[in-house]
Amino acid sequence: MTYRPPKIPTSYITAKDVWLSRRSFISYGAGAAVASIVPAVAASAPISAAKAEYTVADKLTPRTDVTTYNNFYEFGLDKSDPSRNSAAFKPLPWTIKVDGMVARPTTFGFEDIMTMFPLQERVYRMRCVEAWSMVIPWDGFPLAALLDKVEPLGSAKYVAFETVVRPDEMPGQKGLFQSLAWPYVEGLRLDEARHPLTILAVGIYGETLPNQNGAPIRLVVPWKYGFKGIKSIVRISLTDKQPSNTWNTTAPNEYGFYANVNPNVPHPRWSQATERRIGNGGFFSSNRIPTEIFNGYGEEVASLYNGMDLKANF
Amino acid sequence: MISTVILRRRWNGKAIWLLYLAGLLPAAWQFYLGATGNLGADPVKTFELFLGVWAVRFLILTLTVSPLREIFGLNLIRYRRALGLLCFYYVLFHFTVYLVLDQELVLHAVIADVMKRPFIMFGMAGFAILMPLAITSNSLSIRRMGTNWALLHRLVYFVALCGGFHFYLATKVLSSQQYIYLTLISLLLLYRIARPALKRRKKSGIRKQGQHLPSAAPN
Repeated sequence: MTYRPPKIPTSYITAKDVWLSRRSFISYGAGAAVASIVPAVAASAPISAAKAEYTVADKLTPRTDVTTYNNFYEFGLDKSDPSRNSAAFKPLPWTIKVDGMVARPTTFGFEDIMTMFPLQERVYRMRCVEAWSMVIPWDGFPLAALLDKVEPLGSAKYVAFETVVRPDEMPGQKGLFQSLAWPYVEGLRLDEARHPLTILAVGIYGETLPNQNGAPIRLVVPWKYGFKGIKSIVRISLTDKQPSNTWNTTAPNEYGFYANVNPNVPHPRWSQATERRIGNGGFFSSNRIPTEIFNGYGEEVASLYNGMDLKANF
Repeated sequence: MISTVILRRRWNGKAIWLLYLAGLLPAAWQFYLGATGNLGADPVKTFELFLGVWAVRFLILTLTVSPLREIFGLNLIRYRRALGLLCFYYVLFHFTVYLVLDQELVLHAVIADVMKRPFIMFGMAGFAILMPLAITSNSLSIRRMGTNWALLHRLVYFVALCGGFHFYLATKVLSSQQYIYLTLISLLLLYRIARPALKRRKKSGIRKQGQHLPSAAPN
């Protein structure tokens, strides 16, 4: 597939000194090791990332909206629950086990990841299946880079992801009303996982991920509905069978495996033709905009689905 | 003696107006928060959901008045009209916010929503049934319609069914609040189904106790 980068305004091109300062994330890695001794690393630490060409010119969603309006059922069902109930969550120390159909199964420490993969800033549109959207500056690296390290076998066709289970730190995972079956799981086809737009994010707005946004590491697949972006990942497995994904098993008629953003395939309970762009409008001013196929990334990803019935494979 | 009756009447009148005032206060406060930009990232959705939940609360309160009187002997019937109308007002606000602030008056989108989605259908049906009930809630209608009025206002059970389904379908995963309110609505409707049997048993119980009394004649 060919990737044509979008037109980049000069304002998006980073000065070299700023770009070079990304090496300071190495010192952040050291800092994180220290921080892991201190309990409750709720405060975000600054990280540096190179501006990437994968950027959209849309107006950014204010940071307070990105960090207080979240779906992360491990911390509760309300949009404000994750930011209110996640203070006790300890994102460090952290390891991710990468296994399955790979030549080199590896368990990565979070510090290893921070030094192994150069970070890039990517400004992506994020379209939630609930018909709202944001524009978020992520700091992360291509998932493909991590997959390269473990060398997927020829037989691997899919990538399965798993979120941490910690009822003591995640109030949504305990109690009488359990919303979902834990752990939260997600999956991608291997070619989707290897696509240059697919990233593992460790930060937003130039700082480490707040707990409510999926600390310390999460998936971002900008042409798919937000629920595909699994948070607080502890395991990545390569497999030859289509992995199950939590929302699909919870409500198969409402949420598919692919979950590509598509204005022409309505959700059973609402239309997907338009979306409310968070942070754009207010109470009275218009903030509803048309939804684009593949969330506007069709030029980059449509070829992944050539000949596929997008209505049947929603 | 007369003065206490007058005082009580005056107080009752005031209590009802206080109920209206207190009942509309949450909507007014939330509207103020929204208008001043203090309702979070998605203020329209937040306001819309808030109004819907309060409509459900007043629906439950309205349906609780009869069982309270019949089972516990607590008579709050004079507040029932206000509670029912507050439910209607909140549904009306909820619908208005959906139409104007959420869908931004794009009517073809709204019509497509109503025609295609059971979730929206149930909500609209509940609202449509509520309207004649609200219109005929005045004393004049009650007097003029006679027994028909009571018959018409039994439609409130369909409002509860439609509203309950709408509330049930609103989210993919039920919250504890939804579990509680849906359980209450179900119990209140079940009570209506069981009521004739309960009344018969009560009556026969009285008859057994007072078999020797001539006043036990059926009525």
